[in-house]
Amino acid sequence: MSGISFYRIGALALRYLYLLRSSRVRIVELAYWPTVQMILWGFITQYLARHSDLLNQAAGLLLSGVLLWDVLFRSQLGLSVVFFEELHARNLAQLLISPLRPIELILALMAVSLARTLIGVGIAVGLAIPFYGFNLFMLGLPLIGFFINLLLMGWAIGLLVAALVLRHGMGAESIAWAAIFALAPLCGIYYPIATLPDWLQPLAWILPASYMFEGMRAVLLDHAARLDYLLYALLLNIGYLGLGIGVFLATVHNARERGSLLQSGE
Amino acid sequence: MAAAPAIQVEDLRKHYGPVRAVDGIGFTVRRGVTCALLGGNGAGKTTTLALLLGLLLPTSGQIHLLGEEMPRHRQRVLPRMNFSSPYVDLPQRLTVAENLTVYARLYGVRRIPERLAALGRELDIDAFFQRPYGSLSAGQKTRVALAKALLNEPDLLLLDEPTASLDPDTADRMRGILTDYQRRSGATLLLASHNMSEVERLCDQVIMLRTGQIVATGAPRELIHRYGRKDMEEVFLDIARGIQSGEVLE
Repeated sequence: MSGISFYRIGALALRYLYLLRSSRVRIVELAYWPTVQMILWGFITQYLARHSDLLNQAAGLLLSGVLLWDVLFRSQLGLSVVFFEELHARNLAQLLISPLRPIELILALMAVSLARTLIGVGIAVGLAIPFYGFNLFMLGLPLIGFFINLLLMGWAIGLLVAALVLRHGMGAESIAWAAIFALAPLCGIYYPIATLPDWLQPLAWILPASYMFEGMRAVLLDHAARLDYLLYALLLNIGYLGLGIGVFLATVHNARERGSLLQSGE
Repeated sequence: MAAAPAIQVEDLRKHYGPVRAVDGIGFTVRRGVTCALLGGNGAGKTTTLALLLGLLLPTSGQIHLLGEEMPRHRQRVLPRMNFSSPYVDLPQRLTVAENLTVYARLYGVRRIPERLAALGRELDIDAFFQRPYGSLSAGQKTRVALAKALLNEPDLLLLDEPTASLDPDTADRMRGILTDYQRRSGATLLLASHNMSEVERLCDQVIMLRTGQIVATGAPRELIHRYGRKDMEEVFLDIARGIQSGEVLE
C-alpha cells in the first residue's frame, strides 16, 4: 500500500462530487428507489402485521430487511455505475496516464460509493420514522457491523462487475443491475436461510449478506447480537474484497496488454 | 554527468497475434527537442504513443523516459509528463474549471487557482471556464485538452494531433503557445501529426513510421534534401507510398 496518495484519491472523489452536484436529478435518484421500496414494504408490513404473529412481534422485520438490502445494493451500484461514468466519458485513459494508481481509483470509487449509500439509504431510513414510526437504529450496535459487512460485499461485487465491463465493453453494463438480484433469493432478506431447499443452503452460507440478515432477525426476534455471524461475514468479505480488487487490477493490466484502454467507451 | 535522453526506445515491439503494430523500433529524443512521429494511418504512431504513456504494455523492448524505465517506474515518470489528444475526452458534464481542478490535483499542482488563471489567459479559455466541457466546440475542447496537458508544466509532453479541429488562426496560436512553452521550460515535445507545415515549423527531429517500422529519421530540412523534395508534405507522400530517398516518382 506504499505510495498511495489520499490527495489523489480525494481529487477523484471530488470529480464524482462535481458530477453529482451538476444534476439535481442524480441527487433525487439516489434516494428515490430506497424511499419507494421503504414505503412499499412499510404498507405490506402494516397489512401483514394484522394477520401475522411473527410480524406483530417484530414489526421491523421486513423494513429492516429492505433497508439493509439497499445498503448492499446501493454500495455495489455506487461503485460500478460510477466507474461506468469514466467509460462513458472516455476518461479512463486520461486517468491511467495521470499519476493516479489503479488502487487509488478503486479507493476513490469506494469512498464515493460510501457517500452515495449514506445519502440514498440515509434519507429512506430517516423517512421511515415519521412514515411508519420505524427506527432502524433500534437494531443497536450490531447495525454498525451489518452496515460495514454489507458495504464490503457490495464493493466486492461492484469491482467484479466493473472488471467484467472493462473486459467485455459497455454491452455488459446491464450485469451491474442484474448481478446482485441473482444473489437476493439466497441472502435470506425476508426469510430465514432454513427456508431454502437443503441443497441451496450451503450456497447461501458462503454469502456474507446471509449472516447479516440472519443476524438482523436474531436481534429483532431473539434480542440477541450474534457476533459470530458478524465475524464469519467479515472473514468472507475480506476474501471476496481481495478477490474483487485482484480481478479488477488484473483486468486493468490485461487491458494494457490488449490495448483496449484507448478505445474504452460506449 | 549529462542528463539521460528524454526518450530512449530500444527494439520496441507490440504484436497482436500475427499483427505487428510496432515492429522493433528504436530511437532517442534528446531533452529540449521537439520531435514528430509521422506516418500514414496504421503506421504505428498511436500505438507508439500509447506504449510510451504506459497505456499499452510492449510485447518486448525497452522504454526509458526522463531516465526512468517504463512501465516499471511509471509512478516516477507520470507526474513529470502529460498527454493531449482530441481522441481522448474529459468528463462532459463537468465544467472546464472543474475538469482542470481535478486533474491539477491528480498531478499534484500547487496554487491551483493561479495556475488555472494563467492557463486560461494563455490558451484563451477563461471565458468558458464555467461551461460544461461537453457543450464546447471541437476546437474549444482541443484547447482545454491542451490546458490539461500543460497543468503540471511537464518535462515531457506527448501530443496526438495537437491542432486537429482548430481553425487556421487558432491552430497557429496553439503552435505559438507550444513553441513558447518548449523554449521557456526546456521541455521535450513528441507529437504525432498529419499536418506537415506544422511539423516543419515546430520540429527539430522527425521519425517516420510505416507498417510499424521506422523508415526514416532526421531533421525536416535534412529529409527534404535527402528525398529531393520541396517540403515535408512531398516527403511524407513518398514515404507513405514506399518510395526510397533518391527514387523518382513516375
